[in-house]
Amino acid sequence: MTLMDELPIQSGDDVVRVRQRVRVVAADSGLSLVDQTKLVTAASELARNALVYGGGGTARIEVVTSAAGRAGVRVGFSDDGPGIADVDLALTDGWTTGGGLGLGLSGARRLVDEFELTSKLGHGTSVVVIKWSR
Amino acid sequence: MERVPILKLGRTLFVSIQIDLQDDSVMRLQEDLADELAATAATGVIIDITAVEIVDSFIGRMLTMIGSISRLFDAETVLVGMRPAVAITLTELGLSLRGVRTALNAEKGMKLLSGRAR
Amino acid sequence: MEIDSSQGRMAAYMRDHQDKVVGRWCELVVAGVRGRSSAVEIRTELEDLYALVLRVMAGADQEAAGELRAVLAELSASRARNGFTPRETALAVFSLKDAVYELVADSSDLVPEYLSFSRMIDDLGLLTFETYAAARERIIADQAAAMLELSTPVVRLWDGIIAVPLVGTLDSARTQLVTEKLLETLVATGADHAVLDITGVPTVDTEVAQHLLKTVNAARLLGAECIICGIRPQVAQTIVSLGIEFGDIATKATLADALRHALTHAGLKVTEVDRA
Repeated sequence: MTLMDELPIQSGDDVVRVRQRVRVVAADSGLSLVDQTKLVTAASELARNALVYGGGGTARIEVVTSAAGRAGVRVGFSDDGPGIADVDLALTDGWTTGGGLGLGLSGARRLVDEFELTSKLGHGTSVVVIKWSR
Repeated sequence: MERVPILKLGRTLFVSIQIDLQDDSVMRLQEDLADELAATAATGVIIDITAVEIVDSFIGRMLTMIGSISRLFDAETVLVGMRPAVAITLTELGLSLRGVRTALNAEKGMKLLSGRAR
Repeated sequence: MEIDSSQGRMAAYMRDHQDKVVGRWCELVVAGVRGRSSAVEIRTELEDLYALVLRVMAGADQEAAGELRAVLAELSASRARNGFTPRETALAVFSLKDAVYELVADSSDLVPEYLSFSRMIDDLGLLTFETYAAARERIIADQAAAMLELSTPVVRLWDGIIAVPLVGTLDSARTQLVTEKLLETLVATGADHAVLDITGVPTVDTEVAQHLLKTVNAARLLGAECIICGIRPQVAQTIVSLGIEFGDIATKATLADALRHALTHAGLKVTEVDRA
């Protein structure tokens, strides 16, 4: 049985709230300090994207358990914004090449264990990430 | 919106970020620092992030920009007190924060500014 | 696991002869356990399991199946921790089939139900294997973590200069640990210089170099400069042929060279003292 926190992302304060909530859940799930920081940082990137590029959205935070019995935290971000035309381009490193869309998606992906991005032009964007405890 | 206070100590501007800042506050800090640098002709800026738990790409960009703005005013910026977990995460994110010097704490940061260290 | 209500008749039969069946089951299990658990403990365990199995077969309540799996999983994990082989634990479950078979051997009309029952017990036996594997893996992971922890010391060479001797393959897990310890030590000692000694790292390829660069980067964010030393001649050749660039990171052959470099950088000098 999993409990899910659903938080709106409509303002800068909401992004902070999402960070704080993810931090609490991650700490309670037994993630190390470094892993907590990585997850919260990724969540911050994705929440901001939902706000700035998606025109606002929702964050869903829940504790999950792997098949091997490890605890993890799954955070999902969804928005009804314009969507991403070229997902591959969005996932390239915007920092080193100067290309990409500067969405920080590739960075966020490096910080988590599982990363799933679904987006279609005109149909909004959804990103789900999971960080497992060790 | 929270406004981060800027202290003037001699020719150095000192900023201590104590709370989880939201984007508007960070941008406001950048503006306020630019104003202060112009008004005081300070030669150094110390940004203390000992209490900061998260530095994402947005905040990282802001910090790099603060470094660039300071240089335009012929001042040097030193970022001090970064937490290990934050340093590891930033490295993983691929943010090198070029253009901003770093030191372990405010004391070492001041030494860097006065050119006594290295 | 399917809740087969057509096992109702069999369940009733098994309930009526509970003592006899559990007794026989107990005998079979005790024989396999060879004294590592007491007969009394086993009897209690088996009685609980039996009750759950009957509930599932009767198909009356939805939670019974989940409870049964949970109890078996816990049993299997506990057996694993106590050194039982997975075969022993699974056989203990399978032997219920033997005990029940002896009961219904003469009732040919119960054959279809016995088959369903048998399949259910097979499934449960396999479950104990899965749980066993997961429990052992947990133990191995914990031991690996402990070993990793032990093999990453950080030493203080001088005021403000620390050294990290790296031994073994530098994979991402070890790098993470090394970086964490290095950074924590930087904060604790206020060091400005860190020497990464890679003498004990057998191969330095692009991946290892990337890990090293990340560590150096992180240390820089805390205001410390890193020096990499312990580069053996073959390693140096590999690095160059792979086109790896260490950029502005100082690299030295030996720890002594690195220490000399760090001392100079720190504005210190070593001089001979006149011993009159």
